[in-house]
Amino acid sequence: MEGLVRVPVREQEPKVRATNFEEVCYGYNEEEAVAEASRCLNCKNAQCMKGCPVSINIPAFIAQVKERNFEEAYQIISESSALPAVCGRVCPQESQCEGKCIRGIKGDPVAIGKLERFVADWARENGIKPKKAEKLNEHKVAVIGSGPAGLTCAGDLAKLGYDVTIFEALHRAGGVLSYGIPEFRLPKDKVVAAEVENVKALGVKIETNVVIGKSVKIDELMAEEGFEAVFIGSGAGLPRFMGIPGEQANGVFSANEFLTRNNLMKAFEEGYETPISRGKKVVVVGGGNVAMDAARTALRLGAEVHIVYRRGEEELPARKEEVHHAKEEGIIFDLLQNPTEILVDENGWVKGIRIIKMELGEPDESGRRSPVEIPGSEYEIDCDTVIMSLGTSPNPLISSTTAGLETNRRKCIVASEENGQTSKAAVFAGGDAVTGAATVILAMGAGKAAAKGIHEYLSTK
Amino acid sequence: MYPIVRKETLADNIILMDIKAPRVAKECLPGQFIIAKTDEVGERIPLTICDYDREKETVTIVVQTIGAGTERMMSLNVGDALEDFVGPLGCPSELCTEGNLEETKKKHIVFIAGGLGTAPVYPQVKWLYEHGVAVDVIMGSRTKDLLFYIDEMKAVAENVYVTTDDGTYGFHGNGCQQLEALVGEGKHYDVCVAIGPMIMMKFVTILTKKLEIPTIVSMNPIMVDGTGMCGACRLMVGGEVKFACVDGPEFDGHLVDFDQAMKRQQQYKTEEGRAKLAYEEGDTHHGGCGHCGGDK
Repeated sequence: MEGLVRVPVREQEPKVRATNFEEVCYGYNEEEAVAEASRCLNCKNAQCMKGCPVSINIPAFIAQVKERNFEEAYQIISESSALPAVCGRVCPQESQCEGKCIRGIKGDPVAIGKLERFVADWARENGIKPKKAEKLNEHKVAVIGSGPAGLTCAGDLAKLGYDVTIFEALHRAGGVLSYGIPEFRLPKDKVVAAEVENVKALGVKIETNVVIGKSVKIDELMAEEGFEAVFIGSGAGLPRFMGIPGEQANGVFSANEFLTRNNLMKAFEEGYETPISRGKKVVVVGGGNVAMDAARTALRLGAEVHIVYRRGEEELPARKEEVHHAKEEGIIFDLLQNPTEILVDENGWVKGIRIIKMELGEPDESGRRSPVEIPGSEYEIDCDTVIMSLGTSPNPLISSTTAGLETNRRKCIVASEENGQTSKAAVFAGGDAVTGAATVILAMGAGKAAAKGIHEYLSTK
Repeated sequence: MYPIVRKETLADNIILMDIKAPRVAKECLPGQFIIAKTDEVGERIPLTICDYDREKETVTIVVQTIGAGTERMMSLNVGDALEDFVGPLGCPSELCTEGNLEETKKKHIVFIAGGLGTAPVYPQVKWLYEHGVAVDVIMGSRTKDLLFYIDEMKAVAENVYVTTDDGTYGFHGNGCQQLEALVGEGKHYDVCVAIGPMIMMKFVTILTKKLEIPTIVSMNPIMVDGTGMCGACRLMVGGEVKFACVDGPEFDGHLVDFDQAMKRQQQYKTEEGRAKLAYEEGDTHHGGCGHCGGDK
């Protein structure tokens, strides 16, 4: 049965970690990484690579890990990915590289994500940087947004010798990596800031506190500041609410607000001024990764936390690992249930939530079975905080201030999947701003495609 | 970093600062706001733009102590710098738009500035003055010591009426009573712009509804990012959810649900109080606030 089971990864005890913001997963050490790498069959026709949106040469880097050539492994990953320490932590590997691994047919797939994380962490701890472009060209490119799409696009263009400036609306670079994903899943100083520094080491400049569409417009960047091409990777930042009674009450937050206060503004850490509402009993509405993040954050701030989701366990859109971790930590899942009203006390604060039970009906056009209310099944949960995590949509600040930039009816920017080209000349886009809320790695794939598109455009201009 | 190039004390606990911020100074228009952050541990604090100088690349902000965050920001001096300063945010005032100028010129406009509301009112009045529109301004405050910018306002407004609640300066009463008195004397206004504390704006809108004067208010709710991301600043306007940061900050005052907006303003009251306490007491703070863990 040799090789059927992956090398287990060490994690913080659920009971302990439920009370702190330290990283949940410790990752592999060298011995563990080498042992796990040895499970790779080094397939000629590597299926795992087909599952990777940025096409990392997975068998090649794992082969180097096996031989303990960790620096070489890092350079192989860096050819394709600007953010390996991030991807190793937050990619949904089970449905991508690992989902296609031949080892997975009989036994566990190779722990590709954990190996990628090991290599990236090893490189950081040993001061290894990605290789800079040897020759610079004179072309200036503006990248809007410093999230996964923007960092990837900027990094790839810098490697090709472009003079790249990233404009970030918030005061810290990283986009969703900084404001959205919590510390216990993606450490900010250790991992995110270090990856951003790596992109800067390639020659990329980052200007924070610039809201494109307000501080300066895309046309001005091109006409007045000499940028020859622009990549829009501004993400999907607008929160959705349900539109049910009581939603404006005090104690009802968007997951964006709750997570931004805690992650970007570090409300959980003593000494930081940003306030956060530490509920006693919190209901998080939604079943995606963001819902898991909000729930586990509220838990760490001291609350009893319920996740209310209208479909069943199988339909939870969150990564399996996140659901598993949330359960281990004591999050209560109220599945096949949906809020109908938030109950408000006389001072305008949340005092409870009315819930109706659901059952799954016929599959809809997306193939998912749509939930149907069970008449007469309503009941109430007492709670003092409700966090709405229902997905987000792109911010219209850029599209509404850029003439000739086409959007679709979901307010997403229309752009080619192949090269990121939008309806406006010299303007490219990718990531959540184009697709609506998706994953870090898909945004990185789009940033990569757009970098290629911009390079082709500027080379033939 | 965004250097502080001028600092003046305007009144009790009210400070004016000119901040060097080229991008904001180049683009900002009356009615918009900025978000400033003192340093790493500071809050993102939304502040109205009181004035701007495109040549000197400076933006004038007015800050009043309301919590630990503003108190620390106010303790900085010329030569220091704010770590973060982003904007301009929100939509410019509709009255101060070149495209609407012909319409605006036909109107009799009265501004009512309550307390710190003088700061955002001033650039609008100044812009209108520079574009040939004369307006009346009512400036109200609780007491004489809290008044500021009277001379500056007089230089750009047709008439300035100052009121204090306690009668220590000008008209004894509030802005509403002054407006009622002016209308009683035969003044006619087509538009009222009221900016100040929510409770004041609420009462102005009740009065102007009765007087049938369309009224614009500028909302200043709690917010984090100021770009539409967090939804903390949401409020009900005419039965619809609006975000003050991107849909506003100016709204039709007769459609705003002020009671709800005022309740939402209380959301972090205790948290802010605790942060202020911890800041004031510094190392001598040993629990009791329920926030810092010192009493665990």
